[in-house]
Amino acid sequence: MEKFTVHCGVAAPMLQINIDTDAIIPSREMKLVSKQGLGNGLFAGWRYTLPSGREPNPEFVLNQLQYKGTSILLAGDNFGCGSSREHAVWALKEYGIKAIIAPGFGSIFYNNCIRNGILPVVLQNEEVLMLAKHVQQDPQDCQLNINLVECYVSAVSIKNAAEVQRFTFAILPAQQAMLLEGLDGIALTLKLKTKIEEFKQTYQEHYPWLF
Amino acid sequence: MHKTLFEKIWQNHLVEELEDGAALIYIDRVFLHERTGSIALKSLEADKRAVVSPEHVFCTMDHIVDTVVGRGDNTKVPSGKNFILATRQACLDANIKLFDVNDPQQGIVHVISPELGIVQPGATLVCPDSHTCSQGALGALAWGIGSSEAEHALAIKTLRVSKPKTMLVNFNGELGFGVSAKDMILHLIGAYGAAGGAGYVIEFSGAAVKELDIEARLTLCNMAVEFSAFTGLVAPDEKAIDYLDGREYAPKGELREQAVKFWQSLFSDEQAVFDKIIDIDCSKISPTITWGNSPQHACGVDAVVPKVDKNATENQLKAMHRAYEYMDLQPGTALKGLPIGAAFIGSCTNSRLSDLRLAARVLQGRKVAPGVNAICVPGSTTVKREAEAEGLDKIFIAAGFEWREAGCSMCFFAGGESFGYRQRVVTSTNRNFESRQGPETRSHLASPATVAASAIAGCIADVREYL
Repeated sequence: MEKFTVHCGVAAPMLQINIDTDAIIPSREMKLVSKQGLGNGLFAGWRYTLPSGREPNPEFVLNQLQYKGTSILLAGDNFGCGSSREHAVWALKEYGIKAIIAPGFGSIFYNNCIRNGILPVVLQNEEVLMLAKHVQQDPQDCQLNINLVECYVSAVSIKNAAEVQRFTFAILPAQQAMLLEGLDGIALTLKLKTKIEEFKQTYQEHYPWLF
Repeated sequence: MHKTLFEKIWQNHLVEELEDGAALIYIDRVFLHERTGSIALKSLEADKRAVVSPEHVFCTMDHIVDTVVGRGDNTKVPSGKNFILATRQACLDANIKLFDVNDPQQGIVHVISPELGIVQPGATLVCPDSHTCSQGALGALAWGIGSSEAEHALAIKTLRVSKPKTMLVNFNGELGFGVSAKDMILHLIGAYGAAGGAGYVIEFSGAAVKELDIEARLTLCNMAVEFSAFTGLVAPDEKAIDYLDGREYAPKGELREQAVKFWQSLFSDEQAVFDKIIDIDCSKISPTITWGNSPQHACGVDAVVPKVDKNATENQLKAMHRAYEYMDLQPGTALKGLPIGAAFIGSCTNSRLSDLRLAARVLQGRKVAPGVNAICVPGSTTVKREAEAEGLDKIFIAAGFEWREAGCSMCFFAGGESFGYRQRVVTSTNRNFESRQGPETRSHLASPATVAASAIAGCIADVREYL
């Protein structure tokens, strides 16, 4: 899995609350039995003028020139709620999104991000709004810098090579480690195989009807 | 130490507290379906990893499979057949029990898992489907995961989980006339918001929950995810124990006796402490329906589309305006009487025998209003067979409903069938997200009885006038 340590990039505000995974990747865009080929379907319902078409909707934030190269999303509360489809994360990743900053996330979506090297950052609503104000001045210049080692997001100006604001965030050590080191959860857990076998033996004695 | 029901199940499955703050939790059962299960199995195989206990893994064809009578592997969903074929092959290769397209036990995962006794009290069950929380109705810890986590559970029978906080939701008092489990859960989400349960595992309790039969509890727990909860569950009582009696995969004979003894210990201790408690007065719950594009936009069917709250933040204001625009409604408009183009009864929320019986009671001797596209999709082939044995199909068909084969069907639009552009639908499903049921389709979530009444009226109707 790709590692996430530090990332600086263009951030786009999508501040509606409750943006669900159906909106992130509509089911009709999940055409292949694969984790690939989903980038073009990202936000398809909003991104294109027609539901089935591919003509960019100029009103959609990611289609606007000033947001070219967006790699960070600033979102409203409960981003990624709804369906468990990991395709939402695969689509974001293929599009080039490295991190999402929101006051809260759908819990399955949050875990799916961690498993795919995308950093979900939880900040206070006011902090997200302040960052949105910052980037809106000039998205190509007013970027965000995210540091997962020290757990902060800073609003920076590329031209002035200056940091304007900084907010710290919290993340569980387990999740931080997975992202920092690009760990594969299965490989990690396989190291505990003996422990799991031992557990299973006792467990089976207690709950034989489950075997 | 006094423990909640959740803490008891958690403790029983705790393999190890990991140094990094997560816990390694033992997983008893994994359920897959053709939409995401095929990808998980394929990816596992590509990584040269095996399914460690295939006898504890089950798979069904529900998400993409057609629900038209006479269906096969071809689907109206473009490229849907690929998912079906890939799933069938992957299950064969991994030696996983598959409830295939025309299997007499096929159906929606959260309908057939309880129906077959696969989910059991006190067990852990995961499935790459967000509505896995439904199965908490039997006192299991069941939750939805992504494909990567499904691979983890399949490969090593465990998951790394961060422990959720605990919430108790008490539904106190009695349900009013015409009010069902669907109205209860919509009411809760309407009152506390779609993110109201974020970070919590929710135990549903209180007099009204104890009164509910298991199928209704499945409806209640089904929408815990729409409340953003980790999952929901109900303490298993005699109803749950009786429900499982004789079901194919449930324990039998001596093993059942042992199991029952254990199941009876599964309740929250009287002095157990929850992180949060919500009390709901059931006498305040009317037949409930959603008006907007989020499950939190729920109100009584006799109410009007609400105005924006005075204290709303800018984001909340925007969300409300977007909802009005999307649904083509104005604040102050009465919901009752709003003309509809379609009515749908089905999905893992409300497609079980008791749901169909209730809807049939409303439909008996009545006709669907002209111009309303009315469809009923039983949740499983077993439900369909049992409904037909009671003659329910005849009532649905005589009223003007289409009577279908089992599956998820038009709960979501995957490029195949839909209700049509900007069509207004009253639906017994769980998500009224934008374009969920078709391009810009306007979905109003409600109980199956309300759907039936609205189909007859040709507009959103108060089911109490039809019972």
